[in-house]
Amino acid sequence: MSVIDALAARLRSELGSDQVITDRQRLRTYECDGLTHYRVIPALVVLPRSSAETATVVRACAEAAVPFVARGSGTGLSGGALPHPDGVLIVTSRQRSILSLDPADERATLQPGVINQHISDAVHEFGYYYAPDPSSQQICSIGGNVAENSGGAHCLKYGFTSNHVTGIEMVTPAGDLVRLGGSAPDTPGYDLLGAFVGSEGTLGIATEVTVRLTRLPETVRTLLAAFHSTDQAGAATSAIIAAGVIPAAIEMMDALSIEAAEAAVHCGYPAGAGAVLLIDLDGPATEVQAQFDDVTRLCTAHGSFETRVAADDTERALIWRGRKSAFAAVGRISPDYIVQDGVIPRTALPEVLRRITEVATAHGIRVANVFHAGDGNLHPLVLFDDAVPGEATRAATVSGAILDLCIEFGGSITGEHGVGVDKARYLPRMFTDDDLETMQLVRCAFDPAGLANPGKVFPTPRLCGEQPGHRRGAHPLHQSGVAEVF
Amino acid sequence: MTYLEDLTVTAGDDDVVAGVPARLVAAPSSTGEAAALITAARGLSVVIRGGSTKIHQGPPPRQLDLIIDTRRLAGVVEHAAGDLITVARSGTPMAELHRLPGQQLALDAPPGATVGGTVAANGSGPRRLRYGTARDLLIGITVVRPDGRITKAGGKVVKNVAGYDLGKLYTGSLGTLGLITECVFRLHPVPVTTNFVRAIAPPAAAARVLAAQFAPSACEINVVPGADPEIAVLLEGTPAGVHHRATELAALLDGEVTPGPPPWWDVPPWPSGGLAMKLTSALSRVPALVDAALSAGLTVRGSAGTGVLWAGAPHPDRPAPPGPGTSQNLSATPCAERELRAAPSAERDLRSVVETVEIVRAAAGAAGGFAVVLSTPDGTTGIDMWGPVPGIELMRRIKQQFDPGNRFAPGRFAGGI
Repeated sequence: MSVIDALAARLRSELGSDQVITDRQRLRTYECDGLTHYRVIPALVVLPRSSAETATVVRACAEAAVPFVARGSGTGLSGGALPHPDGVLIVTSRQRSILSLDPADERATLQPGVINQHISDAVHEFGYYYAPDPSSQQICSIGGNVAENSGGAHCLKYGFTSNHVTGIEMVTPAGDLVRLGGSAPDTPGYDLLGAFVGSEGTLGIATEVTVRLTRLPETVRTLLAAFHSTDQAGAATSAIIAAGVIPAAIEMMDALSIEAAEAAVHCGYPAGAGAVLLIDLDGPATEVQAQFDDVTRLCTAHGSFETRVAADDTERALIWRGRKSAFAAVGRISPDYIVQDGVIPRTALPEVLRRITEVATAHGIRVANVFHAGDGNLHPLVLFDDAVPGEATRAATVSGAILDLCIEFGGSITGEHGVGVDKARYLPRMFTDDDLETMQLVRCAFDPAGLANPGKVFPTPRLCGEQPGHRRGAHPLHQSGVAEVF
Repeated sequence: MTYLEDLTVTAGDDDVVAGVPARLVAAPSSTGEAAALITAARGLSVVIRGGSTKIHQGPPPRQLDLIIDTRRLAGVVEHAAGDLITVARSGTPMAELHRLPGQQLALDAPPGATVGGTVAANGSGPRRLRYGTARDLLIGITVVRPDGRITKAGGKVVKNVAGYDLGKLYTGSLGTLGLITECVFRLHPVPVTTNFVRAIAPPAAAARVLAAQFAPSACEINVVPGADPEIAVLLEGTPAGVHHRATELAALLDGEVTPGPPPWWDVPPWPSGGLAMKLTSALSRVPALVDAALSAGLTVRGSAGTGVLWAGAPHPDRPAPPGPGTSQNLSATPCAERELRAAPSAERDLRSVVETVEIVRAAAGAAGGFAVVLSTPDGTTGIDMWGPVPGIELMRRIKQQFDPGNRFAPGRFAGGI
């Protein structure tokens, strides 16, 4: 009996047959996450129903020295939940209970499979919401958010997952249940919770998550401003920040991404725009009004030729529709594309955009640009046609060159999608060997046997030489209309 | 001549940490020099010292050879106003970052505190309600490890998920994992207008403030045995917006609007030589925790809006000096404190302090939080300052990885780390 067969038999007896999948066809369902270019069929899939069952699975893996990978909803865009061919994929989708809602404590405690959007839905009646809003929020799980330190359009003002998770229960890679943090802030000792959030499943598996709930703002106002160029839109963004206004969100789209969105969802953005800014302002009504006046004036002063204001929630949704559809929409203008995720200092935006255009032109590749402009998080969409010989390679070269630009300008190779398998080989361009070795000290403290999501984040020989991920058409989740992608 | 002799001087009378004298002192002026020093100091026990505002808090070091003083490792390296970030060396006074042109590091710190010390001690103050704490504002960090290697984590952009977020691990690590030499912070614009709303109100009033739409930047309470409980709320924003909210909030609390804070704002509630504790709580249970601490004779101050409180009591044998904003009425002093003061012997004092800590720690636990003793009254020993800490086994393994020789601040951290 193989190690995996023995493990499967043990887990069937401890968890029940329904929680363990060994059938090849069913295993194939789990072969990729949101980065569909990478596909690996796991040796075994287990769907535990509780913290205790998750601990049982991990302990069994530890005893058999079998690697394990945790997976939430599988929406990740860096291959962080890519299965291990000889390992167990532990799926949290049967743990979707909200364990407690405590608006008076501004906290909710959730099982790891709870969908991000469901938290906000559940606490809306109390006047609260869960602030981090990754674009996949209608389908992505809180456990996955913790692993990836997920962001979203509104993290400029409200921060990321790490700023909103106050406690977890986790299974260590040895199979022990441990609590880190809690409902109260500032738990004594090392901030292991802070190290865990964003560790991409390499330090263990979160089995319960306590999050901070944020008071719903009194007012939200949404503005669309059209510019002739991205330079103008970038200058307006800088002026808004310089004026001391921190919008809830400030998003930019360039001409090519507007064209794609127009083709896909007919969002009706102003004709002839070389760039648009979408700006959300929220907070107390009097503050928002004052900021709104400032922002409108600054956009006009920096060349905006048309501004539109959402009169109600329907119009707000309409304005955001173009932005939210942008990734999927480029499918209308290109058969294949790579979604890149990099960060630059906000002020370097005009220069970096010029350099991206230069690189793209030199390789005969088109790049559509969508950004979280407020925090310098770029999502260039590198367009190509895989049917044209050599184009995929050139697209990958351009995509990699964009990351090099981010590093050259003092930024980061990922702002929210994570390192996963996709960018592990780029990490040494940002950090020295000593930096990476120091991160590995933490890994060694949590996972000396290296069984938790091996091959992710840190570069390993096995992954060398693989191409960066690109999408072939849409992710199944968009096709089915379940999720939108930012 | 070794490097160590080049880089250190003999310790003076003031080079003492929580009562333990050092042999040597060094004050490197760059990350490179600090790395050379730490490499040369292999085998020595080290405590790092910044502005000394918190150096004596916590248990004394088990052993101490060398104090590394960061105050020459100072200066703002970069202030990129358009990117809302700053890079500062660890010995830079926090005050410099509080008043950058048009912008600020919105992290409260006492006068004299340094950047590195504030991060290492996870210092925070009233404005944590709006801006968060060091873990939220620190976006990049340079650390010299106990083996002398220079390492960085994070970067210079706010949004960044590349690699482990070690800045959070170093935040609050109290110098047990290495020497912080440089920090990168996210900045915030200086608000155009600030106002305070002050009222006589019990701690439970904080919940009403949070439930409404005032968007407070801080919500602080001051509860002194024998005096009326006070609440003070900081509002920031545009002149029209702040005026409007302040007026409404003053009406809600039956309080007054003032341009400045009350005298007790961000002032620790412990007299020199007294008992000092940090208490944490789930928000809804702040009133119950405050009641328990008050009954044990403690003055409680802090962020009712986030559930982080500071509690203190004077030394049992010494009368409390009139602190800011306190109107202490001895005849109304609760029993526990009278007992403390009446204690005839050091042994009796110790027992009283131990009991006080136990009572408050139990109350904090019931409130979903913790009680950490920062300082014990002079002359008392044997108090469990940290109390129980969840995840301590993982913490020991972290320490073992970073500092296998247990040389950096030995014994000062949770669980005897």
